[in-house]
Amino acid sequence: MPNILVVEDSPTMRQLISFAIKRIPNSHVIEATDGVDALKKLSSEKIDLILADINMPVMDGLKLVSLVRGNPAYKAIPVIIVTTEGAEEDRKRALSIGANAYLPKPIQTQELIKLVNTYLAR
Amino acid sequence: MEKETGFVGKADEFLQMFKKGEEFTKELLKENEKLRYRIAQMEESIQRSGDEARIKVYEDRIALMEEELNSLKERFRQVEEENKDFASKYIEVEEENNNLANLYVASYQLHSTLDFSEVLRIVLEIIINLIGAEKFAILLIDEKTNEMVPVSAEGMAVSDAPKVKIGQGRIGSVAKEGESFFSEDLAGMGELNPLEPIVCIPLKIKEHVIGVISIYKLLTQKDGFTNVDYELFNLLAGHAATAIFSSRLYTQSERKLTTIQSFLDLLKEKPRK
Repeated sequence: MPNILVVEDSPTMRQLISFAIKRIPNSHVIEATDGVDALKKLSSEKIDLILADINMPVMDGLKLVSLVRGNPAYKAIPVIIVTTEGAEEDRKRALSIGANAYLPKPIQTQELIKLVNTYLAR
Repeated sequence: MEKETGFVGKADEFLQMFKKGEEFTKELLKENEKLRYRIAQMEESIQRSGDEARIKVYEDRIALMEEELNSLKERFRQVEEENKDFASKYIEVEEENNNLANLYVASYQLHSTLDFSEVLRIVLEIIINLIGAEKFAILLIDEKTNEMVPVSAEGMAVSDAPKVKIGQGRIGSVAKEGESFFSEDLAGMGELNPLEPIVCIPLKIKEHVIGVISIYKLLTQKDGFTNVDYELFNLLAGHAATAIFSSRLYTQSERKLTTIQSFLDLLKEKPRK
């Protein structure tokens, strides 16, 4: 059963992403409201994939990605960035830090599910 | 002598008979040969006609199988067409499901609280995350002044959003008529003119307009509106209006209740002094 960590400060988006992810058979969603909360969840649960927003209070998504990549215990976990920042330089920056994929909002549910399935299969 | 003559005569007679027998045998042999030849011919003919009959049977079978093959090919083509139809219908249903999920989440969130500022925050979240707007403002009608006043904004300061009289300009007309406005030209959305939104949605409770959502710019990656966006706009027009209205009433009544409670507490405390 893959555990997917959804890191998003907006309850609306958290619910929407969780709704979409639950359509992947046997998947289990764990929610975090910011980067710090996500690190806590990472230390207590076995996470198979992270979906993270960029703009969040306390710790943003880019900082979270760099910390995840810097930790040997988590560095193999795929990270998909889901954000309103749609500019090419934002995408490049996120990918250079270590994000595996970049999905601008508003998200297309099928696209999100396809991307998650791709990284879970790897 | 007579005996000799009789013996010769009998010998001749026997020879004659023997010759006749030989001739008869030869004739029989010839006849036999002819019959054998005839039998061989007949056998050959029978075999030939048997082969032809078999070929005919095979040809008929081939024709039947070709007919079956063609009918199977036709059925296969029909099934393939049906499959294509099912596939496209499946995609449509999936899309519809996703849209319904978006609408459900938006509606669920809008009615999840009675706190006015939280409702405003949820409306902002829906417009940013689900519709993909970058600059927009929420204006509510002040019943005392008959003017629309900005109460919340994203991508711009609340003070930059305009105060508009009902019926005045694009925003005022939307508030007056209660009909949404969608600009056909999304290219010119770069420059911010607070009085000229690209989208203006009335917030309505039945036919009563309580305010508008005025959108000025979409996110870079958003180049137009999809069907679900229009559904979301409709949902916002109704559900956001009721959520905003009821939460505002609730927050106001809470405040009043707190004030009244404070007075009551004061009154209760006075006799003790």
